Amino acid sequence: MRITVTVDGTKYTDEVEPRTLLVHYLRERIGKVGTVVGCDTSNCGACTVHLDGHSVKSCSVLAVQADGSEVTTVEGLARDGKLHPVQQAFHDNHALQCGFCTPGMIMQSIDLLADNPDPDEQAVREGLEGNLCRCTGYQNIVRAVRDAAQHMSPGAGPDAERITETKHVGVGGD
Amino acid sequence: MTATIEPEVGKSRRRKEDERLITGRTRWTDNITLPGMLHMAILRSPFAHAKIVSIDTSAAKSAPGVVAVFTARDLDPDSSIGMPCAWPITPDMKAPRRPVLAADQVNFAGEGVAVVVARSSAEAHDALEEIDVEYDELPVILDMEAAIADGAPLVHEDQGSNTSAIWKFDSGEAGTGGNVEDAISSSEIVLKRRFRQQRLIPAFMEPRACVVDPTSTQITMWSATQIPHILRVMSALTLGIPEHKLRVIAPDVGGGFGGKIGVLPEEMMSLLVAQKLGKPVKWNESRSETMLAAHHGRDQIQDITISANADGTVTGLKVELLANLGAYNGLVGTGVPILGAFMFNAIYKIPAYHFACTNVYTTTTLTDAYRGAGRPEATFAIERIMDELADELGLDPLELREKNWIKHEEFPFTTVAGLTYDSGNYEAATEKAKQLFDYDGLRAEQERRRASKDKVQLGIGISTFTEMCGLAPSRVLGSLDYGAGGWEHAAIRMLPTGKVEVITGASAHGQGHETAWSQIVADQLGVAFEDIEVIHGDTQSSHKGMDTYGSRSLVVGGIAVVKAAEKVVAKAKPIAAHLLECAEDDLEFTGGKFTVKGTDTSTTMGDVALAVFAAHNLPDGVEPSLDSDATFDPENFSYPHGTHLCAAEVDTETGRITLRSYVCVDDVGVAVNPLIVEGQVHGGLAQGIAQALFEGTVHDESGTLTTGTFADYLLPSAVDLPSFTTDRTETPSTTNPLGAKGVGEAGTIASTPAVVNAVIDAVRHFGVNDIEMPLTPMRVWHAVQHGTTDAGGPGHEAGGGLGSIDATGGAQ
Repeated sequence: MRITVTVDGTKYTDEVEPRTLLVHYLRERIGKVGTVVGCDTSNCGACTVHLDGHSVKSCSVLAVQADGSEVTTVEGLARDGKLHPVQQAFHDNHALQCGFCTPGMIMQSIDLLADNPDPDEQAVREGLEGNLCRCTGYQNIVRAVRDAAQHMSPGAGPDAERITETKHVGVGGD
Repeated sequence: MTATIEPEVGKSRRRKEDERLITGRTRWTDNITLPGMLHMAILRSPFAHAKIVSIDTSAAKSAPGVVAVFTARDLDPDSSIGMPCAWPITPDMKAPRRPVLAADQVNFAGEGVAVVVARSSAEAHDALEEIDVEYDELPVILDMEAAIADGAPLVHEDQGSNTSAIWKFDSGEAGTGGNVEDAISSSEIVLKRRFRQQRLIPAFMEPRACVVDPTSTQITMWSATQIPHILRVMSALTLGIPEHKLRVIAPDVGGGFGGKIGVLPEEMMSLLVAQKLGKPVKWNESRSETMLAAHHGRDQIQDITISANADGTVTGLKVELLANLGAYNGLVGTGVPILGAFMFNAIYKIPAYHFACTNVYTTTTLTDAYRGAGRPEATFAIERIMDELADELGLDPLELREKNWIKHEEFPFTTVAGLTYDSGNYEAATEKAKQLFDYDGLRAEQERRRASKDKVQLGIGISTFTEMCGLAPSRVLGSLDYGAGGWEHAAIRMLPTGKVEVITGASAHGQGHETAWSQIVADQLGVAFEDIEVIHGDTQSSHKGMDTYGSRSLVVGGIAVVKAAEKVVAKAKPIAAHLLECAEDDLEFTGGKFTVKGTDTSTTMGDVALAVFAAHNLPDGVEPSLDSDATFDPENFSYPHGTHLCAAEVDTETGRITLRSYVCVDDVGVAVNPLIVEGQVHGGLAQGIAQALFEGTVHDESGTLTTGTFADYLLPSAVDLPSFTTDRTETPSTTNPLGAKGVGEAGTIASTPAVVNAVIDAVRHFGVNDIEMPLTPMRVWHAVQHGTTDAGGPGHEAGGGLGSIDATGGAQ
């Protein structure tokens, strides 16, 4: 099937097998290997990206479902050489060690902050429940998300993160 | 070049590694794509124990995209290739051959039977379903005690027994202490307990992967491994590839925790297949595959006997272990329990000690190193039984510990297990932890709740741990029959512009070596942190190393870096003296500058580096190079310690546990980077707490792993864990120039017994003195309801995962 998807601001048109998962399309077809696969049961969240402004686990979305949509990956967050505040906060707060869960954690954290610009600790923990990390024990991730919240004025995130009431796709919506 | 003034060591530097990791510019093995690359998929046995009657691959061979299908007959026609075990713990240890692919018999569910090579990964996996294997099932052997009973069916008929080896240490025989049987027979109190260390899955976030490119003069293998150097040597020895014709690269590696210490059948398969086809191949496993086929950890039955006098003085300790190896010997799995043998006596002055471990084969996935490797098991047993002994004696468990621990003025202290602890201050760490925790306040609250019969009871758990890490003095490893040394290598290259390249044999996979090594070198050479590049994980650029595990990187590899830097300074000094026209003895080196004493005449390390590059004006006979390397072999282990205190609330009506407070004060000596140390402790705590409360494998009666996905194996998420209060005391190690001690495993080793002790403490008045891990609400509730002294049993339910409701549901 032919699909057209905008990924990190660039429009791609490709033939894909109907069974192709969005994450495999991103990694294998257009080289967005910053997004990774950590499991095969949609539990770990390492593959989380934004689809039309909402976080989805890209292993749980077919590439064909993304036809006509905009996808933002961890590779598309920095603007004009400047890190997204959540990326910066992950660095500042030592919120990563091996870094394999980090792309998904960052994408989910941005989604969480779009929904709740000033979450308390429990809200962060609940908002990240679908993303697993084996290295950090989560404490510094929680700290980073709350730190980022302080550095993000409302609407400071990427355009794709503006909250709209349009549609929820996949499992990442709330 | 900027001279640094403030010391870098001790600063909470943000990590150099982060930039690529937070922007997705990473080099995971699975990201590597090469021209003409083919993809492998492995057919794995669904049976735990079976004869292979026949394998028909004809349909798979003609499936779309398939290039080849191989079985054991194709890859190893002589049945001569066996995965290496580096640790024959006894001369008579059994060594069943672990093949690349099973030929005639499978010995655990998940063992490879055939491999498909196709143009795409999807096509390779599709074709797996076209392979027809006929099996003839054999008896499944899961239980260790049944496995070693007379007449038990055998995992390997040709080995004659399921007992792999029996390893013993006895302080009476070794001359390090008394005879434990004498101690037990002459003591006023003798307590015996059986603890079970459930089997865990390391569950690094990046599944294992391997890419092999056979198309250049050296075969190149990228692997998601902790041990690229060991892997290179072992691959050469295992397959007969000349070592100099093989290059191994560990690119970005997504966690390991011991789980990526291995020489894998899949890696050997990739090397064989790539050479056969003359094309690059990639193997990248799914999560379900890694849960099943990557090695597991722990899995011991521990029979512990402790003797004491009525005043609480411990007089003897006897440890009898059964350790489950799974179906084969892992690379170091046979020795994992032996790493624990020296740690059961922990921080206590125990006069008599006996340890015996029986390693047992079962028809399960191999066990091998998992964060702590032997030491969490030991620490759990001693810290649990100290609580039991305190209860028996009617003492506060902290008081009992204090009565028996080594006092700070008694260091260095040679223990009953024969190790010499160089330094420590258990009093200071404990006092600080008590203050942060409000120990006395929580004890008072516990009393009130107990008196008021509150349905939510409060318990306090203690773990005053130490561990031996920084593996390891080579001669000690030799005395334990380990197959290699424990040194580490480092090299420093001084570039003409004053920048520095540091090459390390340690192989980071999340630890932050690039940052910490830069801090060390910045101080040693007076070079700016930013001007240092750390190179690792590639046998071509970092040609020599023993890799990363056992909390060794800093205290062995980091010291090698210090030694190499010292050599750079020693080489630079005569050149600086020559340039400044003074005697060497007139120079002092601080902050990157050679200064003539008592003057302001100086030259920088950068100036010297440039002068060496030009080589126009060097002293006679001096080699034009500052580059230096060092190989450091530690004289002793490092002994971090700490006091961990956990307050757990237990809802006695539901069995639900809430960790209300977790305080730990760790002493890891001098911290090079306190931020990284804190991160290591946090992550370690999470894994240790997870063993106590959440994780554990479950097999059904046919040997099928029913906790084989993240839906079934309960890896804690952010909501499952509390915030930790972490702090440090700093008692420098006296055996290395940085004064540092290892930290990678400390949190995991310490935390499991703290949590279990807390829960038992909360419900002890119901007549409960043990609950098996993981402490699921059901087990806790059952223990409370029935007042059982030993709730749990072998365990048929998982930690509460979505797919674990019917444990027999996965039966084949």
